[in-house]
Amino acid sequence: MDFGLSQEHQMVQRMVRDFAVKEVLPTIAEQDRAGGMAPFVLPRLAELGILGITLPVKYGGQGMDYISLGLACEELEAVDTSLRVVLSVHNGLSCLTILQWGTEAQKEKYLVPLANGELVGCGAFTEPGAGSDFAHIQATGKKDGGDYLINGEKMWISLASLADLAVVTVRTDQQARPAYRGLSTFLVELDSPGITRGDIHGKLGVRAGSTGWISFQDVRVPAENMLGEEGEGFKVTMSAFDSGRYTVAAGATGLIRASLEASIKYAEERSAFGEKLGDLQLIQSKISQMSIDYQAARLLYLQAGWLKNQGLRNTKETSAAKLFATEASFKAASEAVQIHGAYGFSDEYPVERYLRNARGAMIYEGSSEIQTLIQAEYALERRRDKKLRRELPAYDHETWV
Amino acid sequence: MKIIVCVKQVPDTAATMSVDNGVISWGDAPLIINPWDEYAVEAALNLVADQGGDVTALCLGKEGETEAIKHALAMGADSAVMVSDPALKGADNLAVSKVLAAAIDKIGDADLVLFGQQSVDTDTGLLPIQVARNLGWPSLTLVSKFESLDPAGNKIQVLRTMEEGGQVVDSSLPAVVSITKDYGEPRYPSFMGIRKASRAEYPVWSLADLGIEPPSAAVSWPEVREPESKEIVTEIIEGDTPEEKAKNLVQKLIAEKVL
Repeated sequence: MDFGLSQEHQMVQRMVRDFAVKEVLPTIAEQDRAGGMAPFVLPRLAELGILGITLPVKYGGQGMDYISLGLACEELEAVDTSLRVVLSVHNGLSCLTILQWGTEAQKEKYLVPLANGELVGCGAFTEPGAGSDFAHIQATGKKDGGDYLINGEKMWISLASLADLAVVTVRTDQQARPAYRGLSTFLVELDSPGITRGDIHGKLGVRAGSTGWISFQDVRVPAENMLGEEGEGFKVTMSAFDSGRYTVAAGATGLIRASLEASIKYAEERSAFGEKLGDLQLIQSKISQMSIDYQAARLLYLQAGWLKNQGLRNTKETSAAKLFATEASFKAASEAVQIHGAYGFSDEYPVERYLRNARGAMIYEGSSEIQTLIQAEYALERRRDKKLRRELPAYDHETWV
Repeated sequence: MKIIVCVKQVPDTAATMSVDNGVISWGDAPLIINPWDEYAVEAALNLVADQGGDVTALCLGKEGETEAIKHALAMGADSAVMVSDPALKGADNLAVSKVLAAAIDKIGDADLVLFGQQSVDTDTGLLPIQVARNLGWPSLTLVSKFESLDPAGNKIQVLRTMEEGGQVVDSSLPAVVSITKDYGEPRYPSFMGIRKASRAEYPVWSLADLGIEPPSAAVSWPEVREPESKEIVTEIIEGDTPEEKAKNLVQKLIAEKVL
């Protein structure tokens, strides 16, 4: 068993870190205050190949493995959550879902431009009235000749106003029981007639990112844009979450690290009661917990990444990694604010941004409560993974590069 | 055109240096390519993109320390050579310059040898000059721009950027050039470059391979110790108004003979 990163992984880590630290970090506080994503972020992520990092070269990707994707997410979120969210929705929810479920024609048409950044993808699943209770979404897809007519609202969609393509799950069979069997997923071009979309303002965190809504009114989508078969939408969506949650877990690990590093720096600079903060045991206790949580969160997401590389089902491990890392990142950011005292309460230091950014990940892509239930179901043997018709492909260096 | 870029691996710039039992230690800091050398690699890659040719990364170090060479390859260098020999332990600049000159000679046919302007660990900036001297080539230090380059005519014109201002210098080729930060930001390694670099194989030459004896060092280190720490006293200058505070500050500075 080897717990070390390969030299290739270390180089990926350093390259993504250098980009984020040199190009985004200097202005991120200002961008977070102004709100919205800086215009250079998506083109630069595309130019550097980060948008297509974990896709086979034959589909325009960079041919790196799933662990590289996790490492990139950790490095991006160590600077700001908004950067990692781009990979979560573009690479996780969109590209990897198409890689897993798409036909060759769909991959040629959509995956190639997504991989090289000509198109930006997102996943549109959550609705104003249905999030965790995904089986009961209301948006519909009705067969109309060779097309489907999509109607409904999707909300809390990252990159809603910036993306070109959305992976959208809707109800195509009202009579299906249980309800989840009536769902189907489509690839929808977001410049299609009948689509309106916009940004959501007043968010607690991830203010330097783009979060919005998409409304579908009689949006005509060709039947060949169905991802998976009719009635497979729930499985396709849960596969998307297996990929997306992995990126969230890895990113949250980066946020723990950022909170830890900021806390160590402050604790070594600031004195109280005649000693450095870092010499006070109550402060050491907080730093110790952050350090342990960072190590554990990292091992959990790397385990999930390793399973993905092997082509093994990882719903349980990815869910555990997501639950642990997101909860720990919120605690770490909160303790970092506490260590910074009153300064932690102001945006003079980054830790208040970390705290605001950490909160959302405990809700999106499956709330902490949903992840807790998943873990309980596995432990109590009330949940068993069944083989899917299409599994996420294993990483195979020979065929991916 | 053939360009050799000399790269060095150094401790991460965020590392803290200390002295442990008379030996300088960087703790367990990861090794990285000397950040100044990235500018030299960038310059080399741009020159061959314009003029054709190839770039070889040359590194002297311990055999297993591959970070600098792999980084240069991931940025786009075509090939690499490592020089490693236990006899080089503790080698100073002068000794290293002789070994690098021998390696450059063995690689052969170089039109240009590029260096970063200095390394972040020892910070001397002397090596490019010493290597040039050993090779008998012109040395062009602190170069921020290549004004013209004519490998066929063996001519080069560069802009040197110094504290005093810019200086345009003409020289013959081959030459040794050190590159400053003003040259322009180095590129990040590409993912394809990273994959290529991580699997790349390159020769590791010993001093015997170079046909030289271990060069003797000119500098010895009889004792290494940390500088004594100074007690810093902070004094807040009092006063009821800003003017009074300023007046009191001036008086204090005069009394302390600062002014």
